[in-house]
Amino acid sequence: MGNINLFSEGGIVITVVLILIPVIVASLIVIVRTNASLRRYIKRKELERLTNYIKELNPAETEQLEKRKKELEFTLNNAELGTDLPTLDPKGLIDNVNTVESIRFVQQKRKGQPRPFIEPELTRLILWYLGCAVAWLLFGTSVGEYVGIKFAAPDIDHLSWLSFGRLRPVHTNAVFWGWASLAMIGLAYYVIPRVSNVPIASIKRGYYSLILINASVIAGSVSLMAGINNGGGEYREYIWPVMSLFGFGVIISLVNFLKTIAKRATREIYVSNWYIISAIMFLLVIAFVAYWPSWQNGLGETIVQGYYMHQGVGMWFMLFNLGLMYYFLPQQLNKPIYSYSLGILAFWAQILFYTLIGTHHFIFSAIPWWLQTVAIVGSVGMVIPVVAGTTNFLMTFNGSWNKLTGSYTLPFYLIGIIFYFTGSLQGTAEAFRFTNLAWHFTDFTVAHSHLTMYGIISFMLWGFFYTIVPRLTGKEPPQITVGAHFWLALIGLLFYTFPLMYGSTLRGLMWMEGKPFIDTVTFMGPYWLWRAIGGSLMWFSHILFTYNFYVMLRRKSDVELPKSAAEILQLKKETTINPQA
Amino acid sequence: MEFFDNHKKLFGTALGLFVGLTLLVAIIPAIKNQENNAPLPNAEKLSESALAGKQSFIANGCVACHTQQVRNVDMDKIWGARPGIAADYAAIKRTDFWRNTATLMGTERTGPDLTNIGNRQPSQAWNLLHLFQPRAVVEQSIMPAYPWLFEVKNEVGKDEVEVIVPDAFRKGISGKIIAKQEALDLVAYLQSLKQTPLPDGQAPMEFLYKNEEKPLTTNNGGAAPLPDGKTLYTQNCASCHQANGEGLKGAFPPVKGSPIVMGNDLDFYVSIIMQGYDARPEYAVMNAVGHDNNLSPEQVTAIINYERTSWGNNAKPVALEEVKKIIDLINSTAKK
Repeated sequence: MGNINLFSEGGIVITVVLILIPVIVASLIVIVRTNASLRRYIKRKELERLTNYIKELNPAETEQLEKRKKELEFTLNNAELGTDLPTLDPKGLIDNVNTVESIRFVQQKRKGQPRPFIEPELTRLILWYLGCAVAWLLFGTSVGEYVGIKFAAPDIDHLSWLSFGRLRPVHTNAVFWGWASLAMIGLAYYVIPRVSNVPIASIKRGYYSLILINASVIAGSVSLMAGINNGGGEYREYIWPVMSLFGFGVIISLVNFLKTIAKRATREIYVSNWYIISAIMFLLVIAFVAYWPSWQNGLGETIVQGYYMHQGVGMWFMLFNLGLMYYFLPQQLNKPIYSYSLGILAFWAQILFYTLIGTHHFIFSAIPWWLQTVAIVGSVGMVIPVVAGTTNFLMTFNGSWNKLTGSYTLPFYLIGIIFYFTGSLQGTAEAFRFTNLAWHFTDFTVAHSHLTMYGIISFMLWGFFYTIVPRLTGKEPPQITVGAHFWLALIGLLFYTFPLMYGSTLRGLMWMEGKPFIDTVTFMGPYWLWRAIGGSLMWFSHILFTYNFYVMLRRKSDVELPKSAAEILQLKKETTINPQA
Repeated sequence: MEFFDNHKKLFGTALGLFVGLTLLVAIIPAIKNQENNAPLPNAEKLSESALAGKQSFIANGCVACHTQQVRNVDMDKIWGARPGIAADYAAIKRTDFWRNTATLMGTERTGPDLTNIGNRQPSQAWNLLHLFQPRAVVEQSIMPAYPWLFEVKNEVGKDEVEVIVPDAFRKGISGKIIAKQEALDLVAYLQSLKQTPLPDGQAPMEFLYKNEEKPLTTNNGGAAPLPDGKTLYTQNCASCHQANGEGLKGAFPPVKGSPIVMGNDLDFYVSIIMQGYDARPEYAVMNAVGHDNNLSPEQVTAIINYERTSWGNNAKPVALEEVKKIIDLINSTAKK
């Protein structure tokens, strides 16, 4: 580009700033951590010195302390008005009792349940899956945020690798195949052995699968930015060699899961496994049909595209998450699912109707009219599985609503279920021929896909994350940042979708009235800005989520110094019995 | 039940049901479609340059914002003369072994549909400038700029195409902005995007959901009512001559204060709108806007009257009958 000054280009400056942000954050983390270990070290030295000193205490000093301890410990015996019989709690039911000592800015929620036994190797595998998923969420939504900003500031950069048309599929594919898919498979490595009551068939295969999927998303993102793509079908932008890495990764996990289920210790196959295994098998069918590199000339491509993109979301993400939900929800509420049969009805109805609806993305196009009608009928049929599923989940919730306020995971579940209902039914409404007139080709579709992929899938996944990671590591996330994550994500999603849906509807109507096209672009300006604002809140919530994940993984417990007389005595007792300590 | 407790039977059945439905709604219809459709006999093949241009259209992900499909609904009428049919896409085969068929139908219309852009905006000068910096020609546009398709040189070489960019959009650039071959190819591809008319005698599919006839404005001194000139100007003229009528220096002449617009030679004025104009070397070629977009005499009159009375232009409006006569004459001589 000749004599252009690079640093007068907004995009360059922003790219530099964007690169600097992780660098600065990383440096901050390093400083904070060094500081912490330094402090820990100093305290440990102090403790040693203190211990040595305590060992040397003469009887007089001990007596003094003993006396002081007694004085400090003086309390009423709490039986002045009642009984002094000891409380009998042989089953340990009275637990987690806490008293209000100061103003509570953040409500104290229930701690995670004690950790069940899970093989440490499996724990490590699951955490690797979840960690990679978090990384892809951060990457994918940073790209999404940037792409959203481009609607308000199209001249923010002039680099081919960062241009809108190339980055948009980087965003969608990274959150699909990187974030959601890895998170789901990782969670399945927890759920499937649990409900089958046997250990996972092979840990090693789990890693192969993880590596292949990561490789696919890395190669795909780079090639998309370099301008190598499959030719335009949404979510099918990776070329087939790249996508086949993903496919093989999924096959390896499928074999692993099937082997685990085959040697299960339970007679029945829990409904979670129906959903999860089917989702994986169907994804492979879908990818195979859509990517087989020797067909789909002319409109064949469009028919397959409609099938592919909708089965991708409905049969992979939705079916898989429903399966996880059938395990986690009853388990979190500590009661069985409301109706096992409703779950089974929803399962078969979903397969029957969802498979039909693909072409509803091409209504009024040149594909056969009968196929469009079948798609619309299928979309209406989707009411059955959606209502069955929602009813099942809400009825399971029923009677346990009080648990919602005391839990930091259940709100994520509930929002996911609510969006499952509204988001899916909105899809049905969009498929009607008339609504299609006003909404098709507008950003309404974008709002819809965020209500579903974000409102349903991501919220559910976060709920599952906060449920199992503390169990795997024994470390809880700070409740204030979990709350902030929840509210920022939710409010951000609403700011993102509502203005976009409103503006797009009016834009569609303007098109129908025959207003000049460019006027409808100008008209969308404020709504696109709202979308960028909502997107920023969502993006910020992911940073908090990442922090929470980090805390659940890594936070070290502090070194405790003995302070009160009792603690000092305790320490003396321990060190005298066992001088090495 | 035994069936539910046997993983082979259970998962086998679910897979079978799914594969069966897949065959019915995806595989069989797709195969039928690709085998039973042939391109229209009068469809033109893409030139080598246009084919190369299509590759960069794909690489840059233009399909994210631009559709290429005219639906059979009334609101899509502005994007083509007839609804798209399967034959329109039948000539498009797999790009190569590595990449899938690019019908580029798209699912988002953040920007305009491009099915017929080769008829609507064939000007190479406009398209190049628009690719270099869309906001230089369409102020409100949010399309990305594609400066990497251009290079800056001190001299314009033989066979090279220079792009005249307004000063506001060439900050920091000293020298001539030259279109690279990739830009020329991309424009060739855009120019090639034209709806093929159906072979003689065939009536196209109807547009559904007809819009009621628009109430016509009566700004014509009590004479026959005319459509809204401002809307028509925005749709057909403003991308070059600009919303303020001032055109772009070195590319598109102003209509504000133009002697042709303000003068009395209506024959000449109408013929320029209908058939285009290429007599002034300092400006780009104007294509046959009226003919390409099937403008009716009423619409042409409305545009003329809007141009004659806007931005300080204060010529008298013209009558529909006169314009009609001239257009009839143009059409009859063109047929001979």
